[in-house]
Amino acid sequence: MSTEIRSILSEMEFSGCLKTDLTLGLPGGAPPKPGSKRGFSDMVDLKLGASCDHDEVSVSTPPPTKAQVVGWPPVRSYRKNMMKSCKYVKVAVDGAPYLRKVDLEMYSSYQQLLAALEDMFTCLTICNVMNERKIMDTANGIEYVPTYEDRDGDWMLVGDVPWNMFVETCKRVRLMKSSEAIGLSPKTASNGLSMNR
Amino acid sequence: MDQDHKKLKESSFPCEVLEKVLSFIDSHKDRSSASLVCKDWYDAERWTRSNLFIGNCYSVSPEIVARRFPKIKSVRLKGKPRFSDFNLLPQNWGANVHAWLVMFAKVYPSLEELRLKRMTVSDESLDLLARSFPGFKALSLSSCDGFTDEGLKAIATHCRNLTELDIADSVTEDIGGGWLSCFPESFTSLEILNCASLQCEVSFDALERLVSRCKALRVLQVNESINLEQLQRLLVQVPHLTRLGTGSFMQELTVRQYKDLQTAFSNCKNLQALSGLWDATSVYLPFVYGACASLTFLNLSEANLRSGELAKLLPHCTSLRRLWVIDTVGDKGLEAVGSSCPLLEELRVFPLDPYDLDNQQGVTEAGFLAVSRGCPNLKYVLYFCRKMTNDAVVTIVQNCPDFTHFRLCIMNPGEPDHLTNEPMDEAFGAVTKTCTKLRRLSVSGLLTDKAFEYIGKFAKNLETLSVAFAGSSDRGMQCVLEGCPKLRKLEIRDCLFGNAALLSGLDKYETMRSLWMSACNLTIKGCKLLAKEMPRLNVEVIQDEWSDETHANKVYVYRSVAGPRRDTPPFVLTL
Repeated sequence: MSTEIRSILSEMEFSGCLKTDLTLGLPGGAPPKPGSKRGFSDMVDLKLGASCDHDEVSVSTPPPTKAQVVGWPPVRSYRKNMMKSCKYVKVAVDGAPYLRKVDLEMYSSYQQLLAALEDMFTCLTICNVMNERKIMDTANGIEYVPTYEDRDGDWMLVGDVPWNMFVETCKRVRLMKSSEAIGLSPKTASNGLSMNR
Repeated sequence: MDQDHKKLKESSFPCEVLEKVLSFIDSHKDRSSASLVCKDWYDAERWTRSNLFIGNCYSVSPEIVARRFPKIKSVRLKGKPRFSDFNLLPQNWGANVHAWLVMFAKVYPSLEELRLKRMTVSDESLDLLARSFPGFKALSLSSCDGFTDEGLKAIATHCRNLTELDIADSVTEDIGGGWLSCFPESFTSLEILNCASLQCEVSFDALERLVSRCKALRVLQVNESINLEQLQRLLVQVPHLTRLGTGSFMQELTVRQYKDLQTAFSNCKNLQALSGLWDATSVYLPFVYGACASLTFLNLSEANLRSGELAKLLPHCTSLRRLWVIDTVGDKGLEAVGSSCPLLEELRVFPLDPYDLDNQQGVTEAGFLAVSRGCPNLKYVLYFCRKMTNDAVVTIVQNCPDFTHFRLCIMNPGEPDHLTNEPMDEAFGAVTKTCTKLRRLSVSGLLTDKAFEYIGKFAKNLETLSVAFAGSSDRGMQCVLEGCPKLRKLEIRDCLFGNAALLSGLDKYETMRSLWMSACNLTIKGCKLLAKEMPRLNVEVIQDEWSDETHANKVYVYRSVAGPRRDTPPFVLTL
């Protein structure tokens, strides 16, 4: 065994005594959590064998903190479920100054979702006109058509597919002004939404 | 008397007898031992070995294998280090099977089986495979990558005697379902088909026709694109299946369709394993109940069941030995496991939302405890949770002392015992002390060197150890390297072990398959020292955006009789 190695190994006997002096830093790059016990600064200050001065033992600076820990937790990335985040989707209403977010998993039907939207965007009302529900801004007489963007990037009319499938595939929701509904005749656009679920 | 004794010694077994005897030995470990007895035994063994197992494709070369073994019929080959599953290995790192196939085509024309794990397999390689071995029967590609539709088409077209095609977990791009149509109408030999991980639409017509003419089919695992109606049509063709992977459960069924499915499942009297079940919920899950009595393996890792749904399903699975679930079942669901599955030997609980650190859902120590109380035969566990306690683990291993595989992943790095705030050292101390048959261990949570002292001291049968965000000094790693007599694979990430720790294993690494260390405190200098001292080890540094001239961010060390790799990409430095 070379003398270099011998000296490194014997230094380790020394640094073993530091185990009572624990600065439990995370050298790898776990994201520093605000208020966590082990902040990034702890990590940078951690020096093994601080009582010894040999170059071989001095720790090279830990790798720069990574914004997100790669490959942790150790789940296979092909697992579709693992890529799913929670079902919050953005809801945009044409003409409204800001967007809102809803958690689709909170609802079990289209009715419930629209009711929630009614609460959120207080100018809207779901009106019953001839047994069909429409979304209207009654003050201004504007009608809206609920649409959503699906996983393929296509804009679809809300209500065609079963609720569960909708939750699965919906990426965002847009209440589009009927007058702007492209590709739909004015008559079709104002048919509103037949709520069969 | 002396003369007789001398005669006995001189007349060794005729080699035909020796070969006949050795041909009964299947285990490659036993064969290795036999080959070391003497030259005669070495020769007899090499002439009779027909199953080749190579745990690290770079530990030996195709040429060396070809010279030693003349009569190989079946090959099992593993490539990349396991952490490549979690994207820690850059693309094009290596483990390409092509050079092996070129050699096999030359030397083993009667090759029948090829099972690859974590290797890169190109379409060109699959084409070569399909054309080179007329008697080829079984292809299994686990966690492989590099092939597309074209490669599968070649296999379907040319392998006339194929009995098994299994592409489980392999990552594929540009895969259409068209390859299924390439099996000729005259092709009927298929027994095992697993294409569950394909991310594309599969040609159902072709699949249905294939299934209807392969009467010996016993394993069928389709992908998510197959809906329930299609599943029913397949099932009525092959009610004798032993392993079934369904497609998606997301379909509105009529009453008639529901009843048909229920009947189809009830007719599957031989079903031992059930998987797939994408998006299965309480609405349709009940129609599988009729097939559950004979199930020994149930894989619910694609069905986000709640505790109640699981509790209703499990009592039908009276023979269950292995269960995989998602943590949406919660501790309550695991209580149901404890009370309904007394024969359970393996449990895997996967996280629904692993990347959301603030998420408090999932399972805790309570669920694990409940299972351990009801399932004393538990041997294999993989458990993802956000909270654990030392006391719970101590009790768990007292209830289940027969663990051979204990993989506990507390998902927040460095998380302590959530009741006492102490490190999780005592938990793993208990595991290693109590479970004397332990072969595989994954540790997590806040751990000091004490945990590793325990492991080094007590884990006498440990072969594989996985460590992350743990340890308080180099001594931790040293304890493991100086203890654990049977250690073969050590994989470490994000720990503060440095050069001293690495070098403390000088005498150990040649007895192991491999060592992986990433995001630790190793320097190029330290790795060079190791390489210089141990010339029969390959010491490789993978350079990525976190490396510089001194810091060695990803280090892979393994023994090899083939010398340094000749196919290293530019970002792999062989020291």
